[in-house]
Amino acid sequence: MALPNKPLGELKAVRDPEVIEKEVDILIVGGGMAACGTAFEVKKWASDDTKILLCDKAAMERSGAVAQGLSAINTYVGENAIEDYVRMVRNDLMGIVREDLIYDLGRHVDDSVHLFEEWGLPMWKKSPEGKSIDGKKGQQYGTLKSGASPVRTGKWQIMINGESYKRIVAEAAKKALGSDNILERVFIVELLTDKNNPKRIAGAVGFSTRENKVYIIKCKTMMVACGGAVNIYQPRSVGEGKGRAWYPVWNAGSTYTMALRAGAELSMMENRFTPARFKDGYGPVGAWFLLFKAHLENGLGENYAGSDKSKAELANYAPYGTAAITPTCLRNHLMLFEMKAGRGPIIMKTSSALQKLGETMDKKELKHLESEAWEDFLDMTCGQANLWCATNTEPEKKDSEIMPTEPYLLGSHSGCCGIWVSGPDEAWVPDSYKIKAANGKVYNRMTTVDGLFTAGDGIGCSGHKFSSGSHAEGRIVAKEMVKYIRDNAGLKPELAESKDELVNLVWKPVRTYLDNCTYTTAEDVNPNYAKPAGMALRLMKATNEYGGGTATYYQTSSKALDILIDDLLFMMHEDTEKLAAGDLHELMRCWEIFHRIYTVEAHVRHIRFRKETRYPGFYYQADYPGQDDENWFCFVNSTYNKANKEWTLKKQDYIKIIS
Amino acid sequence: MPSYVIAEKCDGCKGGDKTACMYICPNDLMVLDPNEMKAYNQEPDACWECFSCVKICPSQAIEVRGYSDFVPLGSSIVPMMGTEDVMWTCKFRNGVVKRFKFPIRTTPEGASNEYGSLKGKDLDSGLLSTEEADGKTLSGPTQLA
Repeated sequence: MALPNKPLGELKAVRDPEVIEKEVDILIVGGGMAACGTAFEVKKWASDDTKILLCDKAAMERSGAVAQGLSAINTYVGENAIEDYVRMVRNDLMGIVREDLIYDLGRHVDDSVHLFEEWGLPMWKKSPEGKSIDGKKGQQYGTLKSGASPVRTGKWQIMINGESYKRIVAEAAKKALGSDNILERVFIVELLTDKNNPKRIAGAVGFSTRENKVYIIKCKTMMVACGGAVNIYQPRSVGEGKGRAWYPVWNAGSTYTMALRAGAELSMMENRFTPARFKDGYGPVGAWFLLFKAHLENGLGENYAGSDKSKAELANYAPYGTAAITPTCLRNHLMLFEMKAGRGPIIMKTSSALQKLGETMDKKELKHLESEAWEDFLDMTCGQANLWCATNTEPEKKDSEIMPTEPYLLGSHSGCCGIWVSGPDEAWVPDSYKIKAANGKVYNRMTTVDGLFTAGDGIGCSGHKFSSGSHAEGRIVAKEMVKYIRDNAGLKPELAESKDELVNLVWKPVRTYLDNCTYTTAEDVNPNYAKPAGMALRLMKATNEYGGGTATYYQTSSKALDILIDDLLFMMHEDTEKLAAGDLHELMRCWEIFHRIYTVEAHVRHIRFRKETRYPGFYYQADYPGQDDENWFCFVNSTYNKANKEWTLKKQDYIKIIS
Repeated sequence: MPSYVIAEKCDGCKGGDKTACMYICPNDLMVLDPNEMKAYNQEPDACWECFSCVKICPSQAIEVRGYSDFVPLGSSIVPMMGTEDVMWTCKFRNGVVKRFKFPIRTTPEGASNEYGSLKGKDLDSGLLSTEEADGKTLSGPTQLA
């Protein structure tokens, strides 16, 4: 008689779930900023009888990257030229970006920011005397839309009191779409193409993380926008602290993997983001650099970034390295240079910065300055504030360490990996940037799969959208999807797979668990299955050691990539067939690790294909150091064939649009 | 920095229509033990310390203890949510206490204008609905390469 071997979670999974089948016109997968933009915009264009459904893995009120709040909106064009926004993004991402997508975003983003303020998001204002006034008191100066001045930290960033940012944006989104058209706690795990046309989207499958239910949803068009990918490389903190990821820990690469497996072309998946942040707590540094004018010093007390040696190093990466604003990857590059030479750790001089600002302030202003410094953390990275409390760090008295984090994959921040999409159907957009649907028409932000759209972190080659840009992009997609169903009125989506096949697919980890769990006395150790927690660690160990993680200062090589891709990931894919879930939470983790593995594979295959080091400071391909503009000033795109498991990678021309 | 539930204070939201922390956690971590009628964090090493559960808990039963792999003991940061502001109490390990109040919203909850009756006119233009309503025009770049 075996010991009673019970699943860990409270919500046990049963062998045969209930199956819910739905058919809608428009399916929105995701609930973050982009999806909230779509939800807000879509009914403004759709006819009243259009069936629309949104599925969010979490609760929209606090889902996605803005769940915790934000202390700034990083993209507000305002008084600037949109062309300059394109130039800034292009320079930060080392020259190779989709300028059509960036320009298009730049001309819409402010409209979303104006809505946020109207809905109740407090925005800091500049008083006529030039003082920074918080969002509540700042209302006296009017709204940004009516011409009031925001508090700019950089050329593009504006300060907000953003603790409830996502709650406010989600509220408008939910009201606009209607709660009957929203399914929360439903995790979509696989996209399905049409039985009669495998290049057209036809639906998706997923499950409820709260009830034993599988959802099979047919649709005519779909947007997939579920954020980027986090916990794909071993984090610097491997215990409880691995949850303290810089980007939201629940972003599992689902956007990229689901689109890839549906046949969509990915682009620039070699790009990654390894932000330099306050060590361990991963608090934001932007306000410290831009608002408080703090600088970094190496372990010897030198302001290394301003040294002649650093300037000479940056000149190797001209014109990007010599631009007025040093690209994010190159700032990391200089930092790593110091650390590797034994001149670490890198210290943010918070004390001298605040002291200097304090010289011209009275007591009340000084108190406000201190409050601003703390709000920067409390609005968006509460844990960093607690780390300061726990280590007795008052920033005006004690400096803090800065450290580059583990790598992240995303397309909306200072990174540009994602899915290849169509640009707008306008004369200034090159033909090779336009994707034609089967009906011959071009739909802005449509992927290479007919009817499948994406936004936010999902779209490649166009970073620096941030929260506001992702929202605006979701709105652009909403209108294009309505256009798509108008133009394809007779479309009747049909799935290739049977209901049983789809339930088997989604529910396989549960059945694997139930088939095998009584064999051993402790459920986590069983030779017949793999628990997702172990698989997640296996992935992160492999990427860290071979794929340019923190273990090697982000360096990889052709040989290391061969081992990672051809051996380690190959076997991981095989073992995902044996993933096991005893409860619904664990089933979610199974599918997340499944998504993460494909996303990572795309990332490292792209690095292996691109025979240069385009982003020094983010990663180094040791066999191909430096940039090779002659051969590699182009995008890299990839596709995956689910039937024969083959990857195809190719070069895609870059076309300069903005001078 | 995982959240934890104070046993004495948690009543499982038995008076409400849902368990608040379980409803809100973006990473599906908070669950209710229906026998004890108390919630707990089922996967502390997947906690992003976003404080969503702390902020929503009607009994102030949830707090956060710093990640065991790098945060020394003895500190706490506790938010009190109002309708317009949040008040933070930050206690240092050495006993220093700092309090901060920040605005969170300038309109009443539920008051956001979703433009429910706004219908766009030209589906083929590149304008968003509110841009069209404002009479904006769409222009392409002029500083071309």
